[in-house]
Amino acid sequence: MEEVKLLGWWMSPFSRRVELALKLKGVGYEYIEQDLANKSQLLLEYNPVHKKVPVLVHNGKTMAESLVILEYIDETWPNNPILPRNPYEKAMARFWAQFIEEKCNGGLWKIMWCKDEEERGRLVEEASHCFRTLEGELKGNKFFGGDEIGMVDIAANFIGYWLGVVQEVSGMELVTRDKFPVLCKWMDEFVEHSVVKETLPPRDKLHAEFEARLGAPSWKY
Amino acid sequence: MGEVEEVKLLMTGLSPFAGRIIWALKLKGVEFESVEEDLTNKSDLLLQSNPVRQKIPVLIHNGKPVSESLVIMEYIDEVWNQTCPLLPADPHQRALTRFWAKFVDEKAFASMWSALQMRGKEGGEAALEEAHENLRILEKELEGKQFFGGESIGLVDVTFGSFAKLLDVLDEVMGSDKKMIDEDKFPLMGKWKEQLSELAVVKSCLPPVDKLAAAVQARRNESAAA
Repeated sequence: MEEVKLLGWWMSPFSRRVELALKLKGVGYEYIEQDLANKSQLLLEYNPVHKKVPVLVHNGKTMAESLVILEYIDETWPNNPILPRNPYEKAMARFWAQFIEEKCNGGLWKIMWCKDEEERGRLVEEASHCFRTLEGELKGNKFFGGDEIGMVDIAANFIGYWLGVVQEVSGMELVTRDKFPVLCKWMDEFVEHSVVKETLPPRDKLHAEFEARLGAPSWKY
Repeated sequence: MGEVEEVKLLMTGLSPFAGRIIWALKLKGVEFESVEEDLTNKSDLLLQSNPVRQKIPVLIHNGKPVSESLVIMEYIDEVWNQTCPLLPADPHQRALTRFWAKFVDEKAFASMWSALQMRGKEGGEAALEEAHENLRILEKELEGKQFFGGESIGLVDVTFGSFAKLLDVLDEVMGSDKKMIDEDKFPLMGKWKEQLSELAVVKSCLPPVDKLAAAVQARRNESAAA
């Protein structure tokens, strides 16, 4: 009897990554929404080091860090693989997932919270360069994973959906259709994917939350 | 198999990231050629092999480049899977191993590096406290174990080990009165370092003390001249 639980937060692209992987593989799970302003005993017990979501619990075994969890999911439920089987191709996928996390998402995060206009301009230019590099990796494919969604697409979920809302709210014009037509086409395909659709937080709710938070001095969590 | 394996590692002698790859390759008995890079004058090979990040280490296996030390270590573990596994077989244990390797890389290493650079400067105390907090977490993880990998050396040991060894040498060369990984504060980590030092492969991988001393002196001269 498989027992799969996911501790998540509706707004978190990290916990949505895990949901997406589980759904792509048809794995049933119990979702437990967390209140990050008021962390539950369960969350603190299951992820004492970082105290963050997502946390996956499989038959009582806990694990944290979304990209680590994605690898676990792919190893445990090998149907509809999200990583290539060939070691070299797998290494490439891991490289790009890391690049997205560190340079693209990391860059966006700095921009979102930067109050100094000149510094923000410099950060936007740097991030632009990273997005250009990432766009090149699509190589004419529908997804980073090829014909189907893979680990790299899942890792890029913030770019695929959340970024659009952030740009709308903040007026940031980093990834636009005229500057990044290929990446924007990927974003369209991503959000239209039948399984991805099920994992996206409601746009109006996301919009309202970003509006409230981007005006505030810093993310509390 | 009959195929000639060509393994090259683009590295620098002082990089703890390159150090990880050297440890991993040596643990698995893989023959490789080290290509020392001058990072102030990057070679065409480096720029072609890692155009995205333009950093070392880069592993080039039969002409195919792999970058990012954690990615390289997983690749090495999958390709040369007959000896000294860096990752356990059980998926949950693998997830825990990856979690801790990430922690070492993203939290522990970053905070220790900051603390080192800020020694004696404003904010230095706070940086050190953060580094120590991360070391405390790692110390706890060693409870009941010889290595982070359990009874034998694994991914987390290699990820942290080369940096820990470098730190010790750095502390010595800089004449620090207090080690970053202080054995009194972190006794299990002290034992762990000793255990690592006993391994033949680690003995053959120690960073060149003279080179490190020269690098530290050069840095000192630079800041004195500034």
